[in-house]
Amino acid sequence: MTKADDWVLKRLRRRKRRDAVFEALGVGAVLAALGALLWLLLSVLGSGVSAFSQHFMILNVVVAPEVVSPDGARDEASLRKANYRRLVQQAMEARFPQAVSRSDRRALYSLVSMSGAADEIRTRVVRNPDLIGRTIAIAAPTSDDIDQLLKGRIDRAAPEALRRVNDRQIAWADALVVTGEIKRKFNTIFFTRGDSRDPELAGIAGAAAGSALALLVTFVLAVPIGVGAAVYLEEFAPKNRLTALIEVNINNLAAVPSVIFGLLGLAVFLNAFGMPRSAPLVGGMVLALMTLPTVIIATRAALKAVPPSVREGALALGASPLQATTHHVLPMAAPGVMTGSIIGMAQALGETAPLLMIGMVAFVTQAPSDFTSPATVLPVQIFLWSDSPERAWEERASAAIIVLLGFLIFINLAAILLRRRFQRNG
Amino acid sequence: MTHVESIDVLEPAGDAAGKSAAARELPEQASAPAKFDCSGVNVHYGRNHAIKNVTLKIYDRSVTALIGPSGCGKTTFLRVLNRMNDTIEGARVTGRILIDGQNVYDKTVDPVQLRARVGMVFQKPNPFPKSIYDNVAYGPRIHGLAESASALDGIVEDALRRAGLWEEVKDRLAMPATSLSGGQQQRLVIARAIAIHPEVILMDEPCSALDPIATARIEELIDEISRQYCIIIVTHSMAQAARVSKQTAFFNMGELVEYGETTRVFTNPDDPRTQDYITGRFG
Amino acid sequence: MTHIVTSYASELETLSSSVTQMGGLVEAQLSDVMDAVARRDLALARKVIDLDARIDVYNHEIEADVMNLLALRQPVAIDLRETVCAMKIAHELERIGDLAKNIAKRALVISQQEPLRALNGVIRMGRISLMRVSDVLNAYAQRNVAQAKSVWGADDEIDELYNSLFAEILSAMMEDASAVNACTQLAFVAKNFERVGDHATNIAESVHFLLVGEYLDELRPKGDVTSLTTVPKPDDKAPDPEDKEQP
Repeated sequence: MTKADDWVLKRLRRRKRRDAVFEALGVGAVLAALGALLWLLLSVLGSGVSAFSQHFMILNVVVAPEVVSPDGARDEASLRKANYRRLVQQAMEARFPQAVSRSDRRALYSLVSMSGAADEIRTRVVRNPDLIGRTIAIAAPTSDDIDQLLKGRIDRAAPEALRRVNDRQIAWADALVVTGEIKRKFNTIFFTRGDSRDPELAGIAGAAAGSALALLVTFVLAVPIGVGAAVYLEEFAPKNRLTALIEVNINNLAAVPSVIFGLLGLAVFLNAFGMPRSAPLVGGMVLALMTLPTVIIATRAALKAVPPSVREGALALGASPLQATTHHVLPMAAPGVMTGSIIGMAQALGETAPLLMIGMVAFVTQAPSDFTSPATVLPVQIFLWSDSPERAWEERASAAIIVLLGFLIFINLAAILLRRRFQRNG
Repeated sequence: MTHVESIDVLEPAGDAAGKSAAARELPEQASAPAKFDCSGVNVHYGRNHAIKNVTLKIYDRSVTALIGPSGCGKTTFLRVLNRMNDTIEGARVTGRILIDGQNVYDKTVDPVQLRARVGMVFQKPNPFPKSIYDNVAYGPRIHGLAESASALDGIVEDALRRAGLWEEVKDRLAMPATSLSGGQQQRLVIARAIAIHPEVILMDEPCSALDPIATARIEELIDEISRQYCIIIVTHSMAQAARVSKQTAFFNMGELVEYGETTRVFTNPDDPRTQDYITGRFG
Repeated sequence: MTHIVTSYASELETLSSSVTQMGGLVEAQLSDVMDAVARRDLALARKVIDLDARIDVYNHEIEADVMNLLALRQPVAIDLRETVCAMKIAHELERIGDLAKNIAKRALVISQQEPLRALNGVIRMGRISLMRVSDVLNAYAQRNVAQAKSVWGADDEIDELYNSLFAEILSAMMEDASAVNACTQLAFVAKNFERVGDHATNIAESVHFLLVGEYLDELRPKGDVTSLTTVPKPDDKAPDPEDKEQP
């Protein structure tokens, strides 16, 4: 082997080594990213999944007439106003007669979700006033502390003073579990109710409805306007300084912090136009503003990717520019347009900051009934819950994150499926 | 063999070649009406003077080849004829281009209608990503040429037959056009152009992406349809120009250097630049 | 201006230089055969006969080169004319070579006979036809249209000379019956020189077409009226050179 050959071989080995190092770095980067994602998913799932079930306590409540209708009135208004909390307290006292001291009683009452149980009784009594004087069995959610305790999220070994449940409460709760009076069930409240002051009664239904309404507004505004603007800019507008300037600005808008769009919405929609605060309509409009650049950029990219030969082929056959666009260019660009729109919608779904600016951060217990009623959205709800001190809120925030992620995955999956279909038909 | 010059070479004034050509015997075809009568055509792309004062007549039911080095303006000239240059930003056309006596760039002429009369086939086969049937039926549909579904079927079949593709695709009209081979796609595109009954078919290097067999098929097709249409073909293959065309125009740097009967241009060109180009010498 | 593809250019050059070389060979052959006739040089006549084989080889080589060029290069315009004319000229040269060979064969016969007075005229004619061939080959080598045209226009000079020579030979035959054999041979030699001149004219046409791209399509000047020349005796048939094939 000559010296030159040796040198060449050496160089070759060095090049191969560099290739290997680069590949290893690449694999490492991907693994790190995957690891971070996995960690996030596991931590969210670990703290959130338990919120999908909740402990309920079966209470035999005597609907005492002297508490419900001391004056004998049975009309709905007075029945609604009655002190059902007292009934719950009486039922708890009856179950555990040994608790007599004030502190014991208070500890006893706080086993169950007082407003949850009272609401349950109220609902049933108002619906059927004949229940007055009878004993009814209700399943009320346990208080969030007991729920957390039974889910093992409160350390029983910790000193009594340092935990939110005392030793007696633990003993009662354990006894109820043994007798089967406390059962862990699927948490329907979480999926059917709006926000609440009590974690055990809080649900995402209101926020989800708010998100849906806002997104509907966003979709209806952003996609047609965005696609239309992109088609005009790409296919019809003359290429001059003005359109170049517009293009640069659109690209810049996509990078503008979303909170700025919130400020814009606050200044224009709320202050200038006097539109309602906290409304999904305004939220959707703000999100549409934010999503527009994304939709326009994605659509323009998709239109650019359509080979000019198709356009020319149609024009050469005597199709008008509009026909060439709608018959050939847009259908070919549709998968890209859809991907862009869906990415934009997903972004909008996860957006919090601009909505805070227009008051969608309000505490809303009811699901919005229309586009102008106050509402909140999922990410804002998560933001609110994760800000609250009780442990149960953390659990619920995680659960809401899981739901939000689930929605995003669903949306993206829909996008992929739709694109596949389009491409096959195209 | 006696040599009869059939076209008066229309040259930029002052060119020596023009004089010798003018001295040639005027052919019987020159008295036939021209499909295109262009005089003093100039095209600018911004500051680029792409076509310089071109004057020539193109005859019907005949194949005219435009040859010349890349960037010589032959494709530009082709795209002037059906106003496809309108779609290019900053293109400016001056001069007179008459199709059957009517100025193509007249304000009353709708480019969309013009393109229905002057069809075009491109370098790369560009079937729409639709079925074979829909590709051919597209033109008749947008122009409302068929009154019923069966009439449309008839138009599609006729166009495919004339493009020599019917036998190959009649059993799979619903298949995507992209499933055809390159040569078949190009013939499909020609069928698509024929389906709207144009008067002129412009072809921009229609065989440059095809193998020799597919090329031969296209050339046979060009020969076949040239009996009904005025065909103008841009080609980089001198051999192809020689094979398919009746008249050849040689463009160089935006000028029409020479225009005449193909047999003469390829045996005894007037202009030394033509000679240098077609024989492959440094120009 | 040269070809972008150098091998193509060199192939065309090789072709035309082959033709020029072949032409030189034919010229030498013509000049030798004239000397052979004039000096009754039998050895030289035999050399001329042998030389013909080499000319045939040239002709075949040029033909093969032309076929290759046509098949592989598809020449057009000047290149096409160059290629086709090379073949045509080679063909004409080959014919001239054949004629020279024929003259050489006749020189062998003539040398056995008494010298004839008409011989000088025949030699002069040969010289003129050789000049034509040289001129046209020069015109080809130097791409000279004017020279080619002048060769083409001067054909009637040989024809006139041939006519007068033919009459002279006829009368010589009438005068001396024993000279008939020699006279006949001489008449054929004269006819062959006249035909060499015709071939030179053909070459001139080819050279003109090669250079100009157009045929010299006016009627070629024709001065050969020997087919109409008869001896005064009405029953004597004029010998028609075209009827008899050369041995």
